Amino acid sequence: MDFFRQHILSIVAFWPLAGMFVLLFMNKENKTLIRWWANLVVLSGFLVSLPLWFWFDRASSDKMQFVERVPWIQSLGADFHVGIDGITLLLIMLTTFLGPLAMLSSWTAIENRVKEYYAFMLMLQTGMLGVFISLDFFMFYVFWEVMLVPMYFLIGVWGGPRRLYAAIKFFLYTLVGSVLLLLGILALYFIYPTIALQHADIAAQFGTMPTFNILAFHAMAPYLPYNFQWWVFLAFFVGFAIKVPMFPFHTWLPDAHVEAPTAGSVILAGVLLKMGTYGFLRFSLPILPTATVHFIPMMMTLAVIAIVYGALVAMMQPDMKKLVAYSSVSHMGFVMLGMFALNPNGLNGSIVQQINHGISTGALFLIVGIIYERRHTREISQFGGLSTVMPVYATIFLIMTMSSIGLPLLNGFIGEFTIMMGALQASIWYAVFGGSGIVLGAAYMLWLYQRTMFGKNENPANQKLLDLNLRELATLVPLIIVAFWIGLYPAPLFKILDKPVNKLVETVNPDYFKGETPRNAKVVTPAGETR
Amino acid sequence: MGQFFNVQDLGAIAPELELMLFGMILLIADLLVEDKKWLGFISLGGIAWSGYFLWRLHGIEVSAYSGLLVIDQFSWFFKLLFLLAAALTIAVSLKYLDIEKEHHGEYYALIMFATMAMMFMAGAMDLITLYISLETMAIATYVLVGFLRGNQRSNEASLKYFLLGAFSSGILLYGMSLLYGMTGSTRLTDIADALDQRSLNDPVSLIALVTISTGIFFKIAAVPFHQWTPDAYEGAPTSITAYMSVAVKAASFAMLIRVFMIALYPLRPHWVAILTAVSVLTMTVGNIAAMTQTNIKRMLAYSSISHAGYILLGIIAGNPTGLTAIPIYLFAYTFTNIGVWAVVVALRRKDIIGEQIDDLNGLIYKQPTAAVLMLIFLLSLAGMPPTAGFIGKYFLFAGLVETQHSTLAIIAVLNAAVSMYFYLRVVVAMFMKESNEKTGLSLSPGILVAMGVALIFTLWIGIYPDPFINLARQAVFLG
Repeated sequence: MDFFRQHILSIVAFWPLAGMFVLLFMNKENKTLIRWWANLVVLSGFLVSLPLWFWFDRASSDKMQFVERVPWIQSLGADFHVGIDGITLLLIMLTTFLGPLAMLSSWTAIENRVKEYYAFMLMLQTGMLGVFISLDFFMFYVFWEVMLVPMYFLIGVWGGPRRLYAAIKFFLYTLVGSVLLLLGILALYFIYPTIALQHADIAAQFGTMPTFNILAFHAMAPYLPYNFQWWVFLAFFVGFAIKVPMFPFHTWLPDAHVEAPTAGSVILAGVLLKMGTYGFLRFSLPILPTATVHFIPMMMTLAVIAIVYGALVAMMQPDMKKLVAYSSVSHMGFVMLGMFALNPNGLNGSIVQQINHGISTGALFLIVGIIYERRHTREISQFGGLSTVMPVYATIFLIMTMSSIGLPLLNGFIGEFTIMMGALQASIWYAVFGGSGIVLGAAYMLWLYQRTMFGKNENPANQKLLDLNLRELATLVPLIIVAFWIGLYPAPLFKILDKPVNKLVETVNPDYFKGETPRNAKVVTPAGETR
Repeated sequence: MGQFFNVQDLGAIAPELELMLFGMILLIADLLVEDKKWLGFISLGGIAWSGYFLWRLHGIEVSAYSGLLVIDQFSWFFKLLFLLAAALTIAVSLKYLDIEKEHHGEYYALIMFATMAMMFMAGAMDLITLYISLETMAIATYVLVGFLRGNQRSNEASLKYFLLGAFSSGILLYGMSLLYGMTGSTRLTDIADALDQRSLNDPVSLIALVTISTGIFFKIAAVPFHQWTPDAYEGAPTSITAYMSVAVKAASFAMLIRVFMIALYPLRPHWVAILTAVSVLTMTVGNIAAMTQTNIKRMLAYSSISHAGYILLGIIAGNPTGLTAIPIYLFAYTFTNIGVWAVVVALRRKDIIGEQIDDLNGLIYKQPTAAVLMLIFLLSLAGMPPTAGFIGKYFLFAGLVETQHSTLAIIAVLNAAVSMYFYLRVVVAMFMKESNEKTGLSLSPGILVAMGVALIFTLWIGIYPDPFINLARQAVFLG
């Protein structure tokens, strides 16, 4: 048990990969065995990750916990270094929670090349967990890149008609971002020894050799020259903004989502997009605080554009999946809006909304996937009056629609409300535009629901549709439970987030606690002069 | 000064002597042995034996033949690379030559001679040694490119390669003669000392620099002197293409590093400018041209052009990180590329030419293992972690960032990202297209062994690169 406790993060992260290696030795004709095995691996992976939730010390949730550190590439100063704080705890739980549901949803949807499919799904799971637990930038980058490959195959092999185009677009887009990210990482890596030599406290804690230790980078943040921060922020911005995706880098997302198989979309929306926002939270904000403050207007504007533009485009979509995809752009805009409000409310809401988006958009993709599997079309005009033949389906769809548009009692409300409070504190205009996004969001979602579920069921193809079976219910019910839980009793989440968020605000926006907003705050450079 | 050479000097070139000896033996054995496959095994034995001698020279630093040759970590590293490349090439060739019905003993002998010449090139500290070994290598390669005598394309490739090669050698020699005229010595270190005395903008040294660079750019296939590459790579027997794209290229880089980092080092401000322009052009043109190819040999030829552009970045950065990158990159590139070419060699089956990317369609259904290995090699070429190619690129980019070549770094990484596009085209063919014919690849045991070795090193360098980084660091601190 002690061994387990000491190595729990590695075990959680590599659990799916180990399962994949076993899977490789299975006969590819024996599809049932492969399906059972893969589902069992991710489900047990979730169970293995549960102790994290209970063992996590909430009193010090801003400290890295469950830390493991083993030298890896010593000549570079790269370590195998993992650990989580409150923010990553939530993201990891989200990943291990969505994994089994996505896996289960592909039971009948994937009929050809089953073995490869599950192998890639398992590989993807490890890649995502690896990104969240890494405390070493080199290791982070390796996972960040590795993850692209299985996702590329999931879209490219099991996707829709334009899958090749969508897959390559996804890959190249994110790759361009990643390589620029790498340059930013290298810049930090090489400036570290200079800074460590000047500041004894950093040198004492992290040494003076070049290092990829993220905590060392956090420690040197106050001493980084503004000019340097500006450039690195830009490099990080491209890398992370493509992943989020922020306007105007979002164009890969609708293609990737629409063409990906259902489970791929769930993972893509539920977890992959969070890597971009996580990148901002973990790297851009705390390592480059001065530049972050400088870039607030740009980031907020882009976030607001994404909210409104994403919502407007979503409204016009004739395809259900594309609609949900564009709603993702809008929702991620909210996440960014809250984050760059740079106050506790905004950041808290931003992180909670990341989880919410994973839950509700993940569920919506599952819902669209279920109807697609029955009808092989996602055209909204093909449907209507489905609530008569599929009452259970319609109920769940309704709950998730409400969750997505932020109805009180459900999770979406908590996130959006806190974000709006944060945005309001930052500037009323951001809040006004953000608020219009909520209205638009309600419009397109409710309109979608009305067009597909209500009215007369006239299309003969729709009259004999079967309602949800047990397996489909099993993929959706856990999401509903969590949606209600966050909606009714979000305190556990905020309890975990409070400390790391406050720490973040203290680094980026120290004036906040003195009662000033970042908008009129003075930017003080390390040397002491006021900008 | 004592005598011109002494007996100890023979020990210093023992690995080369082994190769020459076995080359001779192969020529004689060719008359006696009916099944030419055995000649391949003999040559593998020769390479192993030469490798044994090389192993014993590890860590020894001597200057032999009164300074014409040097045994140092740098040459040791490259010699190891050449031996490995030659061994893998021979492993890949065994069955291929049977299919092409051109199985002759000279093939192996020529590889031995070319490898021997490369090993001399890596150790040369003198323009004369450098030039003679370069020509020995080149002549052996010309013949190997045209080895498919009945094949029109092979003949054309050989002739083209020969003409342009001879032309570029002439230009190179012209530059060397200028250097000799200016400095009165052919010794690289003496040249550097003499150049140091002259003004930086001395017109004669500039002409010498430009002509020598041009000659070398031809050999490493840098843009704008790359035109011969696609044709030569396409026409040559595929196994020889593999050999050229790794060993010949690595040898030319060894020469480039020696000449630029020692003899021409006083002119560094000038050649950094030249190399920067050439490197950017080479990366970009190579990658863009590769995108439009449908013939996989031509595509890989352009890909190898762009890789030469990346490697130049290491010399441009010129700091320990950047220089370390070159051996690591070449090492990673050698294994990865041999792996890729092994698959292309296996595409050549009875009655099927197998050179189009389409010929790989649906490989995953027919030979899943080969497809997955090819995928890993292609990702490594594109520089994705955790493969060897990423570690190589990491060092190159790190060198640029460390020396604050920001613009160049951005151009380089964007090129790396773009190159993914054409590697993915092959992946698409293998994994996402339906196969158009029943026959799979002709995977002979030799090819499987080569692919296995390539895979092990590609992943090993990618996941735990420490030993290789140390090896490369020792290699580049040129003394």
